[in-house]
Amino acid sequence: MQHGLVFDIAHLLAGGLVLVSFVMLYQDRLYALLNVFALHAFVLALSVAWQAYSQEAYHLFITAALALSFKALFIPIALHRIVRRLGIHREIENVVGIGLTMLAGMGLVALSLVVMLRVTVEADPLAREDLAFALSVVLLGLLMMVTRRNAVSQVVGFMSLENGLILAATGAKGMPLVVEISVAFSILIAFIVIGIFLFRIRERFDTVDVHALDRFRGEQQ
Amino acid sequence: MNALPFDPVASVLLIPLGGAAILALLPGYRVTARLNVLAALLTLLSALSLFFVETRVPGTYLFIDDLNIVFIVLNSFVGFTTSVFSASYISHELETGRLKPVYLRFYHAMFQVMMFGMNLALVANNIGLMWVAIELATLTTVLMVGIYRTPEALEAAWKYFILGSVGIALALFGTILVYMAARPVVGEGLDAMVWTILIEHAANFDPALINLAFVFLMLGYGTKVGLAPLHAWLPDAHAEGPTPISAVLSGLLLNVALYAVLRFKLLLAANPEALAPGPLMVTMGLTSLVFAAFMLYRRRDIKRMFAYSSIEHMGIIAFAFGMGGPLANFAGLLHMVMHSLTKSAIFFAVGHISQVKDTQKIADIRGLTVSHPWLGWGLVLGVVAIAGLPPLGIFMSEFLVVSSTFARVPWLAIPLVFGLLVAFGALLLHLNGLAFGEPKGSTAPVQASYVPMFAHLALVFGAGIYLPPPLVGWFQHIAQLLG
Repeated sequence: MQHGLVFDIAHLLAGGLVLVSFVMLYQDRLYALLNVFALHAFVLALSVAWQAYSQEAYHLFITAALALSFKALFIPIALHRIVRRLGIHREIENVVGIGLTMLAGMGLVALSLVVMLRVTVEADPLAREDLAFALSVVLLGLLMMVTRRNAVSQVVGFMSLENGLILAATGAKGMPLVVEISVAFSILIAFIVIGIFLFRIRERFDTVDVHALDRFRGEQQ
Repeated sequence: MNALPFDPVASVLLIPLGGAAILALLPGYRVTARLNVLAALLTLLSALSLFFVETRVPGTYLFIDDLNIVFIVLNSFVGFTTSVFSASYISHELETGRLKPVYLRFYHAMFQVMMFGMNLALVANNIGLMWVAIELATLTTVLMVGIYRTPEALEAAWKYFILGSVGIALALFGTILVYMAARPVVGEGLDAMVWTILIEHAANFDPALINLAFVFLMLGYGTKVGLAPLHAWLPDAHAEGPTPISAVLSGLLLNVALYAVLRFKLLLAANPEALAPGPLMVTMGLTSLVFAAFMLYRRRDIKRMFAYSSIEHMGIIAFAFGMGGPLANFAGLLHMVMHSLTKSAIFFAVGHISQVKDTQKIADIRGLTVSHPWLGWGLVLGVVAIAGLPPLGIFMSEFLVVSSTFARVPWLAIPLVFGLLVAFGALLLHLNGLAFGEPKGSTAPVQASYVPMFAHLALVFGAGIYLPPPLVGWFQHIAQLLG
């Protein structure tokens, strides 16, 4: 049935996004992490495009195009260059081990499925399961930001979190365009800000390891 | 429609925006500082003219009601006084060479963008637009916190950026959930994000969905309010940024985030089946209060200490609004206004003090009333006010919070009063060292602008003694609205 196919493809893509989020969790090299992030943004672009097609909300194609061009291509390439220029393509030191991180990730996905599916019993089933996946992606992004020490990988975690938000926003049928454009825009701004930060951090120390910053707690004598 | 020759809602937005555009183009510190003050003054005047708007038709994007007028007027007033303070503070920083002119190139433009973001968040009738505006205001403050480009400032800005982004992301998720809840009732499209339409139909929303939405919104915007346990960015951002920014962060940005929480609280309260939003706010408020009160004792950095005091007071305000009811809401509103005025006055004093002493360490600042009587006594008055001694304004609002709690849930008053007393002790303990005794450090005379500081303190002092009946009536009306 036509309807069933729409469902299945939407689920496949949203589920794929969760899967790629997991793949990101255990990448311990920056280049690999950036490549996986590009894949993440690519899957997001597909998912948004599918929503645009199936909801007949053609303005969403703009969001999809933005995700594809900006986040799947431009940002990974730019970050590649930054990483090379800073000479930090060594290993990422995770705060907790990979096994533990994966377990925590699974716990978070289970949590978001339980919470969202129980709460949204009466909502439109497509939106509802999309929302559950989106929350998983958001939580996995948060987990990544918590478990990484390196500024670049924290930024990547943050951007994957934003991808989850866009998945949620496009899954909510008929959500005004204002929000999508603003989300895309805020990512742009966020990137500029981050760019400036990385630049300045580079200016002061030869590392973008946030650990190095922790020494400068204002109150330590 | 109204008697004014211009549209005040548009002008509280367009003046800062236009000001930012002009200031971004102009080089040179002196001219831009003056223009910044002028733009802030014009914004204040148009904010005041909002009172004369007779008919208020809520638009799809913008609207004005009794609640947000309080915030806008307060916002523009403190914005104006801070711009005056900032002019003298920054010129001193330039003289001593702590700030290079090149870093300041966009400082004033960003100040205006920040004012624009905050005013937009306050007049926004669309929950998506409100989110965008708060995000904008946050990003500009992140850049300004990092303006000294020292390792400490960069760390503070980075921490603020990361935590603020996480908060804002959670808030967006909550906003999407509100839309999801509204869609079956209001219909697809823009209407389902317009606050005035949402509140009319809130009774029919799916309660489970808006409950979940509120949890996300509370955590998301609560990060911005600086409520424990999401406050970690706040002391760093206050301590490492330039002092005018500490003043607007404490006095304004925290309020704007709180305003967002209040709007969604009203939405939840309009739905009889949804969970009561009060207990969550009361719990977070009390936790912040007690936690910050204890943290006050061990502070060694003067700006950091007052940042913790801001967490404490935002806790009290969240607690009061969480309690709800006309009296507690009235007290919360009054406390918010008094705290904004007092805290920014304190930061004005602290800014000049740390400039003249060339340090922010509490241990190195002694005997201010002897060496710099105006600054010293200004600080004493400010701290006495913030600690909640009579007859100043904060005493009255704290008294109202405590007595309304006693009347309704007596056992909650115990941790509340305990927290207040602990904070009181800590502040007076530190004040004693700072203000009295043998002066330590530089005793050179200081080029300071006392007017903003004493204007704020005079207002707080006046409010403690006599609140004009129209103001009381107005606040009572809003307290009724807040339910």
